Amino acid sequence: MKNKWIAYPYIVWMILFTVVPILLVLFYSITFRDGLGITFTLENYKRFFDPVYIGVLVHSINLALISTAICLLLGYPMAMIIAKSPIGYRNMLILFFVIPMWMNFLLRTYAWMTLLERSGLINKFLASLNLPAFNIMYSNSAVVLGMVYNFLPFMVLPIYSVLIKIDKNLIEAAEDLGADGLKVFREVIFPLSLPGVVSGIIMVFMPAITTFVISRLLGGGQFTLIGNLIEQQFLVAGDWNFGSAISMLMLVLILLCSSVMGREDKDEGGVGLW
Amino acid sequence: MKSIIKRLAVFSFALLMVLSMTSCRGEDKVTINVYNWGDYIDESVITEFEEKYGINVNYEMYDTNESMYQKIKPGGVSYDIAIPSDYMISKMIKEDMLHKIDFNNVPNYKYIDENFKDLEYDPDNEYSVPYMWGTVGILYNKTMINEAVDSWDILWDEKYKKQILMKDSQRETIGLALQRLGYSLNTRAIDELEKAKEELIKQKPLVLAYVVDEVKDKMISGEAALSVVWAGDAVNMISQNPDLDYAIPKEGSNFFVDGMVIPKTSKNKKEAEMFINFMCEPEIAFKNTDYIGYSTPHTEAKKMLDDEIANNPVAYPRDEVLKNCEVYRDLGDMVKIYDRIWTEIKVAK
Repeated sequence: MKNKWIAYPYIVWMILFTVVPILLVLFYSITFRDGLGITFTLENYKRFFDPVYIGVLVHSINLALISTAICLLLGYPMAMIIAKSPIGYRNMLILFFVIPMWMNFLLRTYAWMTLLERSGLINKFLASLNLPAFNIMYSNSAVVLGMVYNFLPFMVLPIYSVLIKIDKNLIEAAEDLGADGLKVFREVIFPLSLPGVVSGIIMVFMPAITTFVISRLLGGGQFTLIGNLIEQQFLVAGDWNFGSAISMLMLVLILLCSSVMGREDKDEGGVGLW
Repeated sequence: MKSIIKRLAVFSFALLMVLSMTSCRGEDKVTINVYNWGDYIDESVITEFEEKYGINVNYEMYDTNESMYQKIKPGGVSYDIAIPSDYMISKMIKEDMLHKIDFNNVPNYKYIDENFKDLEYDPDNEYSVPYMWGTVGILYNKTMINEAVDSWDILWDEKYKKQILMKDSQRETIGLALQRLGYSLNTRAIDELEKAKEELIKQKPLVLAYVVDEVKDKMISGEAALSVVWAGDAVNMISQNPDLDYAIPKEGSNFFVDGMVIPKTSKNKKEAEMFINFMCEPEIAFKNTDYIGYSTPHTEAKKMLDDEIANNPVAYPRDEVLKNCEVYRDLGDMVKIYDRIWTEIKVAK
């Protein structure tokens, strides 16, 4: 490791933009400021365990789990189809997946609003066929749709990159030994692709549970998810201490999830994407 | 090899520092940072100001008083101008966040209507110059509503299920529920707030969405029948869709004044005062009023308006209607209670 100093900028970067901010959030979360000065307290954390806020958390976890499950169900077959395509075609498919991500995420979510509205494009089309209107705007379904749409590439890409690396000889060997297609998938392909699946799940679940833009735009402000609650503490109520406490709790929750998933990952002997 | 790279890096870094410093010195144009509501100025006015005074304007926008306050409060930003509403101005004065304006540099203050001076939020007219004023009311689509709209009650009418847009803003929404029950929209009584909360939870199944600026597209395109809006936006929307109309409920409503202030974050107070003065030039005040549709406290600008607008009851309601309206007061620590109530409303199924 002769060139260790190359890593210094990265270390400085990490300290400035990851470690220090987290420490600041931690500090805010365990303090309370009044006219007299700053006192240490766990009150901010205790406040979160009120049924109102726990309800917000449960709702957020539910929506994030549903979105992750849908992304997995849609994303896995998609990744397989892409991985099995001839190479030139495959790169084109991947490109199609990535191009929308070059566009701003807000813009894409706004586009869904115009599509789903009562007098939006989808309903105009349905009406022209004399079909009944389709009203999911401002509901849980719209929020889940927005999450799945925005986060699907984060599921497909890791699974895809694991799938294309699977040694074809293993599959052929299984087939030679008399396994049918389903069995090959169940016994060989799927277990080998697990690291990709785990990465995909984490990469979809994390942004899904903390989003506040999708729930605001497609949920019409009727759904307070945990992200909205945090945003509200900082922007409206001005209660930075409570907002920080919720952020810390979320951080712990996400760390727990990823370490559980990560362990699974290692047991399977795979190499995670990150 | 390693040391060459290192030296090169140090050298280029030093060069970068020197270059960036000289480029600062070479640039003698002052830049002021203006922080305003979305859709709240005729942007050509900014260019005119830049050309006339040789000052750059960096223009940014917010959508609620609270988010503006939270951005300025911790410091670290250098806004020279902000345009908060009455109750927020009084909160900022209380917290020593505003510069006193030197009115020698704002001679055009003389054009401001006397009715908008000596108001409670800035009793000695030291910190703010009124920019626009207005009311909160109900905007409705006449093709979808066949009855007279004169009460907040219509927002609780089962007939209009999923046709109602409420404001995604705590003070407006909780405030109108309080007024409907006959309470003050500045109440500090917990039981009154609880009752307002119950009413809003009861109303929730009827509400299509809680929005702020998105309301404009939705009402113009006929996506909803009823909505809670600010009068100035109503003027704007009615001009784009004549099926719309605006009413101030008989139970009373909110009357607000937005004023230009200079936060203590400002590093260019003098230029900020020039900007405020410029905004009060009759021509400029007229342009802004004409463009954004809000009601002007500027006497000359009002004279220049078309009769149709100057006599429009949406923008300039009769005095007896206004008498019924309340101004928001700063809630102090009650903000936390309002926030909790708001969260409970938003979480309710």
